[in-house]
Amino acid sequence: MYKTFQKIDQISGNVIVVRAEGVGYRELAQVQSAHGTSLAQVIRLEGDRVYLQVFAGSRGITTDATVRFLGHPMRVPFSETLLGRVFNGSGMPRDRGPAITENMTPIGGPSVNPAKRIIPRNMVRTGIPMIDVFNTLVESQKLPIFSVAGEPYNPLLARIALQAEVDVIILGGMGLKHDDYLFFRDILEEKGALSRSVLFVHTAADPTVECLMVPDISLAVAEQFALQNKRVLVLLTDMTNFADALKEIAITMEQIPSNRGYPGDLYSQLAARYEKAVDFESAGSITILAVTTMPGDDVTHPVPDNTGYITEGQFYLRNGRIEPFGSLSRLKQLVNDKTRPDHRTIMNSMIQLYAAYKETLEKQAMGFRMSAWDRKLLKYGERFEREMMDLSVNIPLEKALDLGWQILADCFEPAETGIPTKMIEKYWPTK
Amino acid sequence: MSTTHIGKITGVNGNLIKVEFQSPVAQNEVAYARTGHLRLKSEVIRIRGNIAELQVFEDTSDLRVGDPVEFTGELLSAELGPGLLARIYDGLQNPLPELAVESGFFLQRGKYLPALDRQKTWPFTPIARPGDIVEAGDALGWVPEGIFKHRIMVPFRLAGRWTVKSVAPAGEYPVEHVVAILQDERGRDQEVRMVQRWPVKLPIRAYVERLRPTEPLVTKVRIVDTFFPVARGGTYCIPGPFGAGKTVLQQITSRYAEVDIVIIAACGERAGEVVETLREFPHLQDPRTGRSLMERTLIICNTSSMPVAAREASVYTAVTLAEYYRQMGLDVLLLADSTSRWAQALREMSGRLEEIPGEEAFPAYLESVIAAFYERGGVVRLRDGSIGSVTIGGTVSPAGGNFEEPVTQSTLKVVGAFHGLSRERSDARRFPAIQPLDSWSKYESVVPAEQVAYARSILRRGNDVNQMMKVVGEEGTSIDDFVVYLKAEYLDAVYLQQDAFHPVDAATSADRQKYVFSRIYKILKTPMNFTEKDAARQFFQRLTQVTKDWNRAPMDSPEFSEAETRIEQMTAEVTAYV
Repeated sequence: MYKTFQKIDQISGNVIVVRAEGVGYRELAQVQSAHGTSLAQVIRLEGDRVYLQVFAGSRGITTDATVRFLGHPMRVPFSETLLGRVFNGSGMPRDRGPAITENMTPIGGPSVNPAKRIIPRNMVRTGIPMIDVFNTLVESQKLPIFSVAGEPYNPLLARIALQAEVDVIILGGMGLKHDDYLFFRDILEEKGALSRSVLFVHTAADPTVECLMVPDISLAVAEQFALQNKRVLVLLTDMTNFADALKEIAITMEQIPSNRGYPGDLYSQLAARYEKAVDFESAGSITILAVTTMPGDDVTHPVPDNTGYITEGQFYLRNGRIEPFGSLSRLKQLVNDKTRPDHRTIMNSMIQLYAAYKETLEKQAMGFRMSAWDRKLLKYGERFEREMMDLSVNIPLEKALDLGWQILADCFEPAETGIPTKMIEKYWPTK
Repeated sequence: MSTTHIGKITGVNGNLIKVEFQSPVAQNEVAYARTGHLRLKSEVIRIRGNIAELQVFEDTSDLRVGDPVEFTGELLSAELGPGLLARIYDGLQNPLPELAVESGFFLQRGKYLPALDRQKTWPFTPIARPGDIVEAGDALGWVPEGIFKHRIMVPFRLAGRWTVKSVAPAGEYPVEHVVAILQDERGRDQEVRMVQRWPVKLPIRAYVERLRPTEPLVTKVRIVDTFFPVARGGTYCIPGPFGAGKTVLQQITSRYAEVDIVIIAACGERAGEVVETLREFPHLQDPRTGRSLMERTLIICNTSSMPVAAREASVYTAVTLAEYYRQMGLDVLLLADSTSRWAQALREMSGRLEEIPGEEAFPAYLESVIAAFYERGGVVRLRDGSIGSVTIGGTVSPAGGNFEEPVTQSTLKVVGAFHGLSRERSDARRFPAIQPLDSWSKYESVVPAEQVAYARSILRRGNDVNQMMKVVGEEGTSIDDFVVYLKAEYLDAVYLQQDAFHPVDAATSADRQKYVFSRIYKILKTPMNFTEKDAARQFFQRLTQVTKDWNRAPMDSPEFSEAETRIEQMTAEVTAYV
C-alpha cells in the first residue's frame, strides 16, 4: 500500500533528504533503520528531493534506511480516554497505559474564522490579587508568563491551573526537566485534577524535534474538547524551548536566519499556536497560559518580544512576584466592569501611586530628604507589596478590593489619590 | 479575462512554491495550485527562466511535485462596487461571516466567495446621458449605500475619453448588470457594470490633482488633536512597545474620528481583539448619524494565524478599498494595525526567496515599499470638483520597543505625524501613552498655535525640573521651579490623559477642546504664590481632582459649570498679585 524509498541522499542535523516522488508537503513518514523506527515529517520539496525532519533525531540512521510515506500529515487520537494519561511529543504513551488510536485528528488545523468567535466574557478567578484585581485573567485569553530560570513559574502555572474553574487541563511540556514533569504530574494527582488532565510531555532528554510537536498536539486535543462544549485550559511550558527547536531545524535547513538566528517566520509560528485560544460561539473555549523564559532576563530577546505582540498581555514574574509594571491583561476591560463598580478605580489608582512610590524609592536611594508626601508613599508601597503583591496571598477578588481601599485610607487623604469624588463618597472607609 | 494556462509544481517550501511554466506569465499574476479537489490561490512574486516562484495564500500541506498550477492572466485584484460597507473581509476580500455560514468554525482551505453579493439588487439612478464624454472615475449614476450616495463610475482601468452610448434607466439591478455602454474613439463598445476590479498593488489615480492636507481631522483624543494633530488626507504612525496601548488608541479613533468611512485593516492582529470590533460595532451608534457604526465601517481582518502571504496582501486590499471610496468624494480613514506585522510578512517571504537580507533581515526594498504604501493616502480633487481624502494611520510594533529599527525609521520618513508611545507612561498608567516630549506633527492643531506652544514649553520645563530634582532633590529646587513641575504634571493628568472607557471623557469634541484648553492655558499662565512645597503639591492635587471631575461631566450639564466655577475659585485663591 505505502510507497517506500531507500535512496537517502543527505543526513544533517535531524533532517534527512531522500529521493522520492509523489510525496505531499507536510506528509508523515516512518523511517526504519538498524537502530529503530521513528516518525518523520516532510518539511520541504525540491524536485525529487524530499526533506524530512526525523522526530527521534537522526542518530544512527543509516544511508540505506527505509522511508515509508504514510499519505497523511501528523494526527493525534481523540477520545475521553485521553484524560488522566501522559504522552510524549509524538503522541505515544509515556505512562504504562495502552496506545490510543481512536478518531485520529490532523494537528495544526486551520484557523478559526474570526466571525465565529465571541467576545471573551468570563473572568477566571485565581485568588491571586495581582491577577484578579490588576490583570484579570479571562476565559479564552492567551497569556505568557515572562520569567527567568530560577523563578517559580511552574508552581505558579500549576496553582492557577488548580484554582481556575475549567473542565479540562492540558499540559504541553517542552524541554521540561524530569523533576518538573513529575512535579506537574504529582500536584495534579494530589489535588485530584489528574483525571481531568491530559499531559503531552517532552523532556530535556528527549529528541529536539519531538519538542516541536507538543504545542500542536496539545492544542489539537484542546480544540476537540472545546468543540464538545468543554472549557479547556492549556498550559505550555516552556515556549522558548519550542522556539529554540525551530531555530535548530531552520539552521540545519540552511535557511536565511532573521533575528539572532531565529527563523524569519518565528512570529507566524508562535502566532499559529497562540491563536488557537478561542471562545467558540455556542461551544466551549480554550485558554492558553504559557511560560516564556527570557534568556538573560531580556524582554527584547526575539522570543518574548514576538510573543508580546501576539498574546493578549503577559505576566512578568520577577523576584518571586508578579510585577505590576509590564504585566498586562488586555482583555481585563471586558470583564472587570462587571465585577464591582470600584474595581477599575482601585486597579488604576493603586498602580499610579505605586509608580510614584518607586520614584520616591529612587530619591531615597540618592539620599534626599523625604517630604511629607514621600513618607506617605513609602508607607503605602511597603504595605502594597506585603499585603497584595506577595504570591502567597490567596484571597477572593472582593476581599482584595476591600483591602485596597483600606490600605489607601490608612496612608492617604482622599484627594491625594486622584480618585473621582463620587467613588470616594461611596467607598472610602470611614475611620 | 485571458485564457488560463497550466504550469507544474517543482518545489514546495512553506508558503512558497516553484512552478515550471511554458506560456508567458506576469509578475504578481494570480494562479491556483491544484491538489485533489483543492484550488489554492497564489501570486507570482519572482520569475527566473521558466520557473516562477509563487506565494500561496493558504496552508500548502499535501501539495506535491508535479501538481498542476493554473495561471489566470490577472493581477491580484479587489472587487469594487456597492455593498462593501459594513462587511468583514479577510486579506483577499473573502467575506468572513459568509464563509462561516458555509464552512462553520474553521476557515476552509481553497474556499473563496465573491466579495460582493451577486443576488442583491440596488436602486440605480442614472446621471450620465447618451452622448456625454466621460473619463475613468466619472460618475455614470449612483445607488444608495447606507447613508452615502455610492457612485457608479467609469472603470478606472479605461484610459482616454469615451462617449456614453447608453445608460440603464432608473431601476433595481444586481451588481453584475450592465448599467452603461461606452464607446471609444474608434467606435468600439465597452460594457460597464456596477462592479469593477482593480489590481490592489497599484494606486487608483482617477482624479485631477493631489492637494496638500491642511484641514484637521478631529479624532477626539485630546493629546492628538491639540498637540500632535492629524490632517484629513495626511498620514501618521503610532509606534510603541507591546502593551503601550496602540490597539486601544486605534479602537477609540475608529469610533470617534470625524470622517465618512473608517477602514480597519487588522493585519496580523490578535483575533481576540478584532472580535471585539466585529461584535461591538454593529451595536454601537455612530455619534454623527445616529445609525449603526458598522454602516460606515469596513473591516479587513487577517489575523496573525491566517497565512502570511494573505497578511502581506491585506494592507493593499484595504488601501484599494479606501481609494475607491475617495473617488466618490468621501473622507476615508484607514487604520492599519500593525504595519510591522505586514513588514514581517515581507521579511518572511524574502527569506524564503533566499534574497540577500538588509538591515535586521528585512528585505532591501522595505523602505520603498513602506513609502509607496503611505503615499497612497492624500487629499484629491476629482473631475467634478469634489474633494475626497484617504488618511492613513499605521501602528508600528518595533522589536523591543526600539524606535531605531528599520520599520519605524522607514515609516517616520514618510508620515506627517508621529505619536510615539512610551513604556514609562503606560507603566505609570498614563493613557494614552503618547510621549509628549518625543512626538511631533506637521499638521495644524484645533486650538490656537501660541497656546499649544506655551503648554509644550511648560511640559518641557516641567520635565527639566523633574530631571534636576532627581539630582539635587526636592529641597534643592526653588519653589518657582517646583510650581512649574507641578503645572506640567497637572496638564498631563487633566489634559494629556484621557479615560478611554469613560462615556464622556473618552471623546472630546474640537469645540470642547478649544474651550477647556483655553481655561487650562490660563491656569498655566497664572503666577502662583506658595510659601512651601507641600502646600503647592496639595493645591495641585485638589485642582487635579476637580478638573478630572470636570472632564467627566457633559459639557452642557450643571456639573460642568459647577466644576468650572470651583476651578476658577481655587485658582483665584493662590494667584499672586504682581
